[in-house]
Amino acid sequence: MTHEIIEKYFRKDMMPHIFCPGCGHGVLMKDIACAIDKLDVDKDKICLVSGIGCSSRATGYMDFNTIHTTHGRAIAVATGIKMANPELMVIVITGDGDAAAIGGNHFIHAARRNIDLTVFVFNNNIYGMTGGQFSPTTPTDDYGTTAPYGNIDQDFDIADLAKYSGATFVARGSVYHVDKTIRLMERAMLHKGFSVVDCMSNCPTYYGRKNHKGKAPDMIRWQKDNAVDSKKAETMTDEELTGKIIIGETHHDNREEYTAKYQKIKDRFVGGIK
Amino acid sequence: MASTLKTLFVDKSLCKGCGICVAFCPKSVLNISNEKVNIIDETLCIGCGMCEKLCPDYAIYLNEKEGK
Repeated sequence: MTHEIIEKYFRKDMMPHIFCPGCGHGVLMKDIACAIDKLDVDKDKICLVSGIGCSSRATGYMDFNTIHTTHGRAIAVATGIKMANPELMVIVITGDGDAAAIGGNHFIHAARRNIDLTVFVFNNNIYGMTGGQFSPTTPTDDYGTTAPYGNIDQDFDIADLAKYSGATFVARGSVYHVDKTIRLMERAMLHKGFSVVDCMSNCPTYYGRKNHKGKAPDMIRWQKDNAVDSKKAETMTDEELTGKIIIGETHHDNREEYTAKYQKIKDRFVGGIK
Repeated sequence: MASTLKTLFVDKSLCKGCGICVAFCPKSVLNISNEKVNIIDETLCIGCGMCEKLCPDYAIYLNEKEGK
């Protein structure tokens, strides 16, 4: 199946991609293509927008309408595209630093507005492209090149950040849980409103090496061993959930979408003010 | 029974030798030699597709036709 997906949705002349050996971003990029394939939407009606970072290289490999924008501004550009062409399916591929640090302001305000964008955050807990600096999702006490004695910052939970900022569909997938992540991505794209899927990736080159997490297979096995389904997590105590990652849909509601509201305003002025 | 199995393919030009497929293969079908994935015994393959799903470089896949 993968072979057909790659032939159909990827720019084959750009392969092999630039990601390090064992980087989970390749798997997540394929998961997005698989989810789009299930939706059966015209390729020309899909627009992929990315910022800067390892994750954001994805738009270079995927054969849709794609824009590689400036650092942190993927959601800002995507907002413009969606407002100008509400019929497009606008998907943002971003990293943890791009979404929550440099573009943190755009992220929370797009969530507050509930504009119909789908944001896939490739969360590898570190700035990989620039050399392993700690990011907003690097867990407290973990190491990075700029945290040689351990990170003293409290880390962000991207799913919680999205939920409490007003996003109407929030979920978390991982590299290991391929089928589940594809299903979540599919639902996120179908959802009318701001939807976020926090995709747990692995960075064996920097995060894995700095934190003695082993090689790529060990990091993916860690995801397998420590994932808890969001439904099961509701019945567990905080102590039981320490060190675990919650996989699955974590939030869903049906607040009115932003471009629809804007269309209502525009409709009021058709044929003069009434 | 073997006729229902899918055939395993490897594209060595895409493989970066990360070893994920080898680690998650339940039947020891694969190994890494010269930093590339290598099929050591295809007859052991049960066609579960774990290697295909978890390969970040799209270098290993099962074909859709009935094989063997």
